[in-house]
Amino acid sequence: MQSPPNSEVRVEVRSTIDIVTARQQGREQAMALGLSSAEVTLVAAAISEIARNILDHAKRGEVVFSFVQRGSQRGLQVAANDQGPGIADIGLAMQYGYSTRRGLGVGLPGAKWLMDEFEIESAVGKGTKVTMRKWVKDENSQLNHSR
Amino acid sequence: MQVPILKQGSYLIASIQAVLSDADMLQLRDDLADKVGQFRARGVIIDVTVLDVIDSFATRTLRGMVHMLNLRGAETVIVGIQPEVAFAMVQLGLTLEGVGTALDLEEGLAFLNQKTKVHAKPAK
Repeated sequence: MQSPPNSEVRVEVRSTIDIVTARQQGREQAMALGLSSAEVTLVAAAISEIARNILDHAKRGEVVFSFVQRGSQRGLQVAANDQGPGIADIGLAMQYGYSTRRGLGVGLPGAKWLMDEFEIESAVGKGTKVTMRKWVKDENSQLNHSR
Repeated sequence: MQVPILKQGSYLIASIQAVLSDADMLQLRDDLADKVGQFRARGVIIDVTVLDVIDSFATRTLRGMVHMLNLRGAETVIVGIQPEVAFAMVQLGLTLEGVGTALDLEEGLAFLNQKTKVHAKPAK
């Protein structure tokens, strides 16, 4: 059964294998939406970073994909939710090169650079929610059209 | 999924066939470190053409892998980073400093030939 276009797609993140699954799912969604192949790769890279962030800090969580619309703009929304320890200082966590663990400190700020929009909410002891979006650019449809 | 490692003269070629999990990547690192000794390889080519994303973990692992193989005495070059993948890496601020890279297998072989020339027998 094909799922309706507006339904959400969820990928549970519990082990490093799930990072690959989340990325592939995100890639499929981004392609279905009509993002360019370069943008699809940027989205996949951002998913990789935030999914890894879930594993590193909260051990488990989920990545949820959905199509969003704002006016005439269409986009892909990627939300990463966990019930982990939360982030005490979001400003610090968003600093490039800052890492509490063995990472490169690239994850969150890197994902922000790759996407068009990026929001983060976190409460200590409750968890973290990262919501990011990539919008379909007009140039893409023109490029595809002229081909 | 295991990465096949082929022997080509005094070089080893690791040709990644599918997207790798973190565990696969660490396995490749250990396999190559072993095989360099086993085959007394002078050079290693890691072909990443099929990788759709090289994220921070992959970058760190590749960097570590190459430095480790260099320490084992094998020049190592990474080939086949796709344009979109390179673009995403740049956006993420990821670098492969100190790591040799080349366009494809052919250029990778040329790179190793150049690098290992010092050790090779003189041509005349």
